[in-house]
Order: sequence, then C-alpha cells, then structure tokens
Amino acid sequence: MRHLLDFQGWTRPEVENLLDTARVMAEVLERPVKKVPALQGFTVATVFFEPSTRTRISFELAARRMSADVVSFAAQTSSLQKGESYKDTLLTLEAMGIDAYVIRADSAGVPHQATRWVKGVVINGGDGRRAHPTQALLDAYTLLEALGTLEGKKIAIVGDILHSRVARSNVELLPLLGAEVWVAGPPTLLPQTLPGARLTPHLEEALAEADAVMVLRLQKERMEAGLVHLQDYIAHYQVTEERLRKAKPNAPLLHPGPMNRDIELEGTLADSERSLVNRQVRNGQAVRMAVLYHLLVGKER
Amino acid sequence: MRFKAELLNAEEMRRALYRIAHEIVEANKGVEGLALIGIHTRGIPLAERIARYIREFEGKEVPVGILDITLYRDDLSEIGVRPQVRETRIPFDITGKALVLVDDVLYTGRTARAALDALMDLGRPRRIYLAVLVDRGHRELPIRADFVGKNVPTARNEVVKVKLSEVDGEDRVELWEKEEA
Repeated sequence: MRHLLDFQGWTRPEVENLLDTARVMAEVLERPVKKVPALQGFTVATVFFEPSTRTRISFELAARRMSADVVSFAAQTSSLQKGESYKDTLLTLEAMGIDAYVIRADSAGVPHQATRWVKGVVINGGDGRRAHPTQALLDAYTLLEALGTLEGKKIAIVGDILHSRVARSNVELLPLLGAEVWVAGPPTLLPQTLPGARLTPHLEEALAEADAVMVLRLQKERMEAGLVHLQDYIAHYQVTEERLRKAKPNAPLLHPGPMNRDIELEGTLADSERSLVNRQVRNGQAVRMAVLYHLLVGKER
Repeated sequence: MRFKAELLNAEEMRRALYRIAHEIVEANKGVEGLALIGIHTRGIPLAERIARYIREFEGKEVPVGILDITLYRDDLSEIGVRPQVRETRIPFDITGKALVLVDDVLYTGRTARAALDALMDLGRPRRIYLAVLVDRGHRELPIRADFVGKNVPTARNEVVKVKLSEVDGEDRVELWEKEEA
C-alpha cells in the first residue's frame, strides 16, 4: 500500500497487520515517555481544506509521538477554482520537502488527485462524503478490542448514512474483517444502494441482536435543507436505552464525535459503561501512528 | 548459503546458558532487584531459560520482560523494507532494577544500542547488563557484552544461525557462509 485513500483493493491480512501494529502503538501510548524515534527525519504535513480540530490534532500528535516533524496547513479556499488552489497549495508544500500529506477536503476525490501532484505519501483525512479511512480503522480497532473478533458480528450504523464518509468507510472495512453491517436512517438520509451493507429505514431491524451500535452525528445542515425534521428524527431514530434492548445485552456504543446529546443519542447513554467514545479517541492516535509507520517506513525516498 | 560448522550443540548450549545464569547471579550478588529482558525474537526464550535455571539453583523467581527494538532502529529512514513491529511487554517497573538484556547474537552492536534507548524511555534502571549466546565480533559501536556463551571469530560474509527448540524445533548454533555474488 502506497497511500491510504480508502479500502479499495485492501486485503484482510493487510488490515490485520496494520491493526497489529496499532496495538503496539497503543502500548507506546501507555508508557511514561509516549514517544519513539521511528520517524525521525520524516516530515508530515496536515493539509486541512475543511476545518477539523480533532482529527488534525490526532494526526499531529500521532506524527509527533513517532518523532516526525509536523507542519500544519489550514486553508479557506474560494469556491471558485478549487481544483487549482488545492494543487497550488500541495505543490508549495512539496517544494518544502514533505514526506507525507494528511489531506482533509470538503469535496470527494481531492486526496486521490493529490497522489498525482505530489511524490509523498497521501493519507485521506476525510474527503467529502466519500471516505474517512482512519476513522474506520479506529472503529474497527475499538470494536475488536470490545468484541474480540468481528467474524459473524452484526454491526448497526445509525443516522445520516447518505452524507456520511464515516459510514461509507466502515461499510468498506468492517465486512473485510468478517462483520455483517446494517445501516439505518430516515429514507431521505439513506443512499439508494451501499455495497457491503444491508439498508433499512427501520431502526429496530438494524438494532435487533446487534453486537455493536455506531451512532452518527446529525448535521444541522440536513435539517435546514429540509431532509429531516428534528422531532421526527428523535421520535424514530434516536438511539435510546429503551431501543437498545433489541440489541445484544451490553452491546457497545460508538460515535465518531462530536456528539449531539439528546438528538442522535440519548444523553445519558454517552456516559454509560457501554459507550466506547473515549476509547475511540485514544485508539485513533494509535491507529494513525500505525498508518504513518506502514506508509513511510521502507518507502523509496 | 553453505553450511560450515556447528558452533554449539544442545548440550553445549545448555551448559553455556547455565554458566551465564550463574555469572549473572554472582555479578548481581544474588537475585535482589534482578530482571531479565529478552530481545525479539530469540532473546525471549533465552531469557526465559536463564530465569528457569536461576529458579532451579537459587529457588527464586526473576521477572522476565520482552522487548521489541524495531521503533528504535537507526536505519528505518533508509531501508527498503518495513520491519514488522512486535510487542513489548515488561510487566514490572524497571526503575531501580538491575536489568539483563538477553539476545542470541552480538554483532554490530546496533540492536543493543536500540535496546538501551528503548529501556531508557521505559524507566531508569539501576544498571543494565548484556548477555548473549554468541559474540561474533565486528562491532560498529562501543558496546560489549557482560556475559557471553561463546566467542566466535567470524568473517563478514558468514552468518551465525541460532536455533532454539521454542522457535526452530531444535537447540543448535551453526556457522554458514554466504555464496560469492
């Protein structure tokens, strides 16, 4: 694997090998000195054309804990000539000697295009509604930690599936590890098809006997666009203690953050024992350290 | 590669490790504060064996940890392959302890250097010893072993193969020669 754009063409052994490395990185994060010299001499740029403080911090910390140098670029691009300005920005960074680019963009495909513009490694930090591979990797890692295996496990993803790159990347990745993925949401927020997943507008069907439940954030824009009415959403799709009784007992709960308490998720559930939200954040760093190690070490420079 | 010689058979290996176990306890004046750290891959069973021998003749348990030095290698930015990262598990606090790093072969000294750096990040040991089954010479760094099973003068085109029953199904050390290119 030369870049991390999505999981097209990935094999199960490759994913498992990467997650094995992430387990070692998680142990590094438990040490008194949470830093190893592995990526000394490498430079990582976080290039965020769309703002995201959490993901950027997670990547930057991951790179620093591996002893890479880090530069960060946050851009407000004009809506015109976006293609051109993405390219110019990356070429400018390229001239400064960057080894890896973590790219976040509001339009799909920017990280793919970037691989044609720069020589360095490209890591997709989330592009449009297309993919967010490191989020899916940290979700898989967290699920494996909680369930032991994903083989034959039913994972329910609930919310705005249509606009969610998190859902899309998980639907690509989790079945690769043997999981059966169900996605549920209002008909206006479900895609026509989603290869790899079973779609349903009925929350109960997705939750029934689920081994784990992933709740997505409901964006305000969707309500403003009239795709969903808040009270209807809460009435039919909010994941509550009561509705979770359909799932396996103590089925863990994941959320990519930031959470809208009492909208997509009953507020008290977020702090309950079954919530793995804090584990997800912690594991995110370990997974990103592993991704940087796998992509940068052994590469022709 | 061409086989050249057997350097140690199973019995000789057992004796060498038994002697090392005695030397460690003697140098440390007992097992107080002593702990063994096996370096992946073959240093781990060697450390476990030394701990077992010490238990046999001292009747005391010496803790054993395992160390992977991959993330501390000095050649990660130049090599064309990515070495597999493996688990480090040291289930005790190393601060104040007398640690014995255990590895199969001492050659350039670069693995030992990486191991020392890794241990320093994990705590502040009272002192660190180095024990190896075979010292084959050709050091590239100012590093020496405190306990050596066998010193073997080698040429650079030779390879020392340590086989351990836990990993390889038999106990034996062999000297091989790389064919001329």
